[in-house]
Amino acid sequence: MSSNNRKKLLLMGRSGSGKSSMRSIIFSNYSAFDTRRLGATIDVEHSHLRFLGNMTLNLWDCGGQDVFMENYFSQQKDHIFQMVQVLIHVFDVESQEVIKDIEIFTKALNQLKKYSPDAKIFVLLHKMDLVQRDKRQELFQIMMSKLQETSAAYGFPSLVGFPTSIWDESLYKAWSQIICSLIPNMATYQSNLKKLKSVMNAREIILFERATFLVICSSNTASGELLDPKRFEKISNIMKNFKQSSMKLKSSFKTLVLDNTIFVSELSPNMMCFIVLNKSDSPQELILENIKKVKVHFQ
Amino acid sequence: MNAEESNSKATILLMGLRRGGKSSICKVVFHNMQPLDTLYLESTSNPTMEHFSTLIDLAVMELPGQLNYFEPNYDSERLFKSVGALVYVIDSQDEYMNALTNFAIIVEYAYKVNPDINIEVLIHKVDGLSEDFKVETQRDIMQRTGEELLELGLDGVQVSFYLTSIFDHSIYEAFSRIVQKLIPELPFLENMLDNLVQHSKIEKCFLFDINSKIYVSTDSSPVDIVTYETCAEFVDVTIDLHDLYKIQSDADEMGPQREVKSVSALNNGVVIYLRQMIRGLALVALIRPDDTDVESCLTVVDYNVDIFKRGLEQVWAHARIMPAEVEGNKT
Repeated sequence: MSSNNRKKLLLMGRSGSGKSSMRSIIFSNYSAFDTRRLGATIDVEHSHLRFLGNMTLNLWDCGGQDVFMENYFSQQKDHIFQMVQVLIHVFDVESQEVIKDIEIFTKALNQLKKYSPDAKIFVLLHKMDLVQRDKRQELFQIMMSKLQETSAAYGFPSLVGFPTSIWDESLYKAWSQIICSLIPNMATYQSNLKKLKSVMNAREIILFERATFLVICSSNTASGELLDPKRFEKISNIMKNFKQSSMKLKSSFKTLVLDNTIFVSELSPNMMCFIVLNKSDSPQELILENIKKVKVHFQ
Repeated sequence: MNAEESNSKATILLMGLRRGGKSSICKVVFHNMQPLDTLYLESTSNPTMEHFSTLIDLAVMELPGQLNYFEPNYDSERLFKSVGALVYVIDSQDEYMNALTNFAIIVEYAYKVNPDINIEVLIHKVDGLSEDFKVETQRDIMQRTGEELLELGLDGVQVSFYLTSIFDHSIYEAFSRIVQKLIPELPFLENMLDNLVQHSKIEKCFLFDINSKIYVSTDSSPVDIVTYETCAEFVDVTIDLHDLYKIQSDADEMGPQREVKSVSALNNGVVIYLRQMIRGLALVALIRPDDTDVESCLTVVDYNVDIFKRGLEQVWAHARIMPAEVEGNKT
């Protein structure tokens, strides 16, 4: 059981596609601007991250230069591709050698098929900000259909892909969904959150992981409300910025109450909840009491 | 007639040699442009005005730097008369001897036409310099300008220097100081804020312009740049979250717009507090409740801020009448 809580994630892709930048932004609190200082990753860089308390993510950031790449597929193949839960393959949309990029992807799939056939595969089309706005969707479609075809041929039919960029909130969206696919008791959280929503008569409640501010789940109902479809990622981004600025005061933030309608508070040592109420006239004490009571159910 | 009209507005003149970063400053401060995007700005060839309304109405006028040497003509005389402050931008990463000569000529002229003018120098683009070099550059520039002005017989002129960069908060801080010099009600504001701070366990508070994040006033305790940054970022966080969940139908309904208020507690006991005030201003305060209960502390703050807001409304009501009266007395 304990070994099951350790998740091995492979982060692969050709050199310069932005793998280490992603890792630094999501897990090490870098700003997008800071990532220019990152040098090339030599061989494999391991990071162990605790996520939601009992889950450990072992992120294998694999350097993408051809010298290392060759090595992964020959000498180190059993070491690298054994017991992999997730492969995250990053493609640089500006890359000149698309054929070669895909070739390396197939090599990785080939090894995975042999060593860990149950692995989940995600592809990220990265650096989307460099493509003209009106061409992004089209490019993504073309690339995804090609990749889907490739991965299906190697026995991984359900390939999920995201367009990403470190300069907007698309990065958070992609990583949220990747990480969420690893959380075992998702259904419990979801149903608990639904109940909480009805008790509090809230418009929406979102659950965030505390350290990374990735979305775990939301109580979203299809009540036809016109809410910003990108709001989760935007909130992740905003709250993370705030977390960093509160760091300047040598502290971390505990609660935020905005206009008596938006409540952000910690729910457990690993989770933050983001509650948006329907109306602003309920007394604050009552709401805070509710939040306190609900903490038991999210341990 | 024209002069009178522009008199009602305090104008800031933004000048400097070409490619010194004047347009970038305008875009970053007043249009929230990302600093990196300013790399692609074109050369400005015509004077451009930037209107900016906060507690007072301001206009920032940017003059193109290409005019090789400043040639005073009739128009510039009227221009300098109507101006409240002259901001000269010096590129610290470039050879600045030319800029200093140019600056001295401008100051000589401006001072002759309008002795009340505030003269400010931005030693700009200091983000690339090391800490030691910054101090060295500032000292050098200050000394050389002093010499230049002395030569022109203008040693009495008060010149303020600021080290700025658009990649951090220093440009906002400098502009805040510059704008504050133009607000006639500043001593009242500072006094009022001091009173507020004294009675509500507030460590530091700022009166921000929400759009530009320039602070119009603060209490008299020294400004710590870190505190300023945190408060400015808190304004951003609040506004962004607020906009995300704004109910569309509410905006259509007429009636008094509800004021934005947000409170955040940190783990070390500090509370950041934001309340919307009049005319696009927001009060942001850092509160240290120490041993007392946070709830009761906030209640006291709320009560005091209510009074402060009423005070602000009254000061503003009088400020609007004042210029007309002064005008009347003159004629």
